Amino acid sequence: MAIAQSSGDAVIDLTGDVRRRRRERRVKAVFFAAAAVSILISVAIVLALVGKAWAFLTSIELSQLWADGWFPRRGRFQLPALLVHTLLITSIAMTVAVPFGLGSAIYLSEYARSGVRRVLKPTLEILAGIPSVVLGFFALQFITPNIVRGMFPDAQSANFLAAGIAVGILTIPLVASVSEDAMRAVPLSLREASYGLGAKKWHTALRVVFPAAISGIIAAVILGISRAVGETMVVALAAGLNGILTFNPTQGGLTMTGAMANLAVGSDRVAGDVAAFQSLFFVGLVLFALTLGLNVMSGRLVRRYRQRY
Amino acid sequence: MIADVRALTSTEMVRRSIEGRRFSPINALVAFMLLFTLLTSVVILVTLLADTITAALPVFEARGFSFITDSLSPSAESAGISQGIMGSLALTGFVIVVAFPLGVAAAVYLEEYASDNRVTRFINANIRNLAGVPSIVYGILGLFLFVEIMMRGIFGTEGGIAGRNVIAGGLTLAVLVLPIMIITTSEALRAVPGGLREASLAVGATRWETIRHHVLPVAFPAILTGSVLTIARAFGESAPLLLAGAQLSLFFSVANDASFVDLVSNQPYTALPIIIFNFARQPQEEFVALTAAAIVVLLVMLLTVNAAAVIVRDRFERRYR
Repeated sequence: MAIAQSSGDAVIDLTGDVRRRRRERRVKAVFFAAAAVSILISVAIVLALVGKAWAFLTSIELSQLWADGWFPRRGRFQLPALLVHTLLITSIAMTVAVPFGLGSAIYLSEYARSGVRRVLKPTLEILAGIPSVVLGFFALQFITPNIVRGMFPDAQSANFLAAGIAVGILTIPLVASVSEDAMRAVPLSLREASYGLGAKKWHTALRVVFPAAISGIIAAVILGISRAVGETMVVALAAGLNGILTFNPTQGGLTMTGAMANLAVGSDRVAGDVAAFQSLFFVGLVLFALTLGLNVMSGRLVRRYRQRY
Repeated sequence: MIADVRALTSTEMVRRSIEGRRFSPINALVAFMLLFTLLTSVVILVTLLADTITAALPVFEARGFSFITDSLSPSAESAGISQGIMGSLALTGFVIVVAFPLGVAAAVYLEEYASDNRVTRFINANIRNLAGVPSIVYGILGLFLFVEIMMRGIFGTEGGIAGRNVIAGGLTLAVLVLPIMIITTSEALRAVPGGLREASLAVGATRWETIRHHVLPVAFPAILTGSVLTIARAFGESAPLLLAGAQLSLFFSVANDASFVDLVSNQPYTALPIIIFNFARQPQEEFVALTAAAIVVLLVMLLTVNAAAVIVRDRFERRYR
């Protein structure tokens, strides 16, 4: 502390020691630089994707994007096939994740006593922590023979149904935790008013709290969709390598992420400026744009319920 | 019964007295169905673990723990996972060294220094969006930035691995978990009561002194737990490594006399999840048990680390409370 020692008037300088203030500025600058790294990462991602995706688009005929099937080494880049397969997997995954995720969320938020919560919530967290490659193996070795073949005996060994179910299992914890947060943010007074009017517990949970939290719940589902679209390892293991467009969920095929993983697995052979290698970046850009759009949409909805309550 | 009443909130008590003691079938049915959806997750988890462990048992019975110390091999009888474990530990080391300090520093800036202006809001939104980018896209970043530009720029393309070294893989994973690291650390800092900061600032401490001596120590257990869980995520991650240069063959050799610098810059590497992916892709039936055994090792490592994080947090929290 530098206290000005002028004899007559007792002026006290509160600005503090110069050395401490200088250190303060340095520390702040270092921390700001750390925060700014995240922006550099975003810029680098966009640069990495756009450059070679553009090179890819200019090096092929655009009609090749509608060619028959996704066979990059033969110059056939049917993007719609990848999109349809991704959509198939995502729909199956959401058929699993939405009912189970939302049901779990309503139970945890409205029904579970604290003791039950303490036991069951960590189970969901453990499930969320299981690496996706493990779920891929589970899809291949358990879901396909025991569940999918139980319904469709002539399903292929790698099929959309098994992969979709596994992706759905991976997505349940995410959907559950985000929508539980939304429902817990609904003020108690809404529940009290509902009970006060004589509504039963189920009515309050499903007809009052659930609709009140709907924007957060939709956000959770969109986030789940984004997660399912970007899921790679399950799809790479359990959805097959078929590049031909199919709508049949008992067959397999390449999704966007599956196609990328497949190009990477063989990237030794196609490395360089070959169009097949560059298609990796193009598909990556499409995937990036798609998930970014979904995430931004979901973020807007989450902020809406945060503002309201 | 008394304990039961005490556990109820006032809302719940009012609800009970209005609703009465009459049994409502719809109430029971809805409660049962919701509980069923939650228990399904438990059943799935138990099935997954039981199925994997059953499939893995023959490997551990026949070979014991030599499965963990043996090297990769295309033959199922002798294939082990030692390179995967070494690789995963090395990758995790990079993640800790790079992502932990960067993540904590960024979070400290955003929570403790930044005022609510345009730049801050932009950085925050950017971090939220980065956290949602699919992991394989980070693989493209790793391939483009770390393998092709950085590692080939520094170490050249000789040695056959052309920049696909463990540094590139480690940096890729570090960048992947950085946004999550920032978000969990921010939450830990936000949980520190504001009065603590005000008290410290009021007696003349600078902002950094306040953070260093008061905010960080209180938030430390939560930061540590969050970071460990985040790093565990990186440990199980494989999609970005497919692109960022992990070896995908079932046979590769590392030079025996390699120095440390050579080892991290110029020798091939792989990771445990990548080996699992590779084993699972093999057509031979014998690899099924091997895959399951490798999964058991991965899950045991992950669960141990997670449990340790929770225990450490509980101990530290008691000390600071």
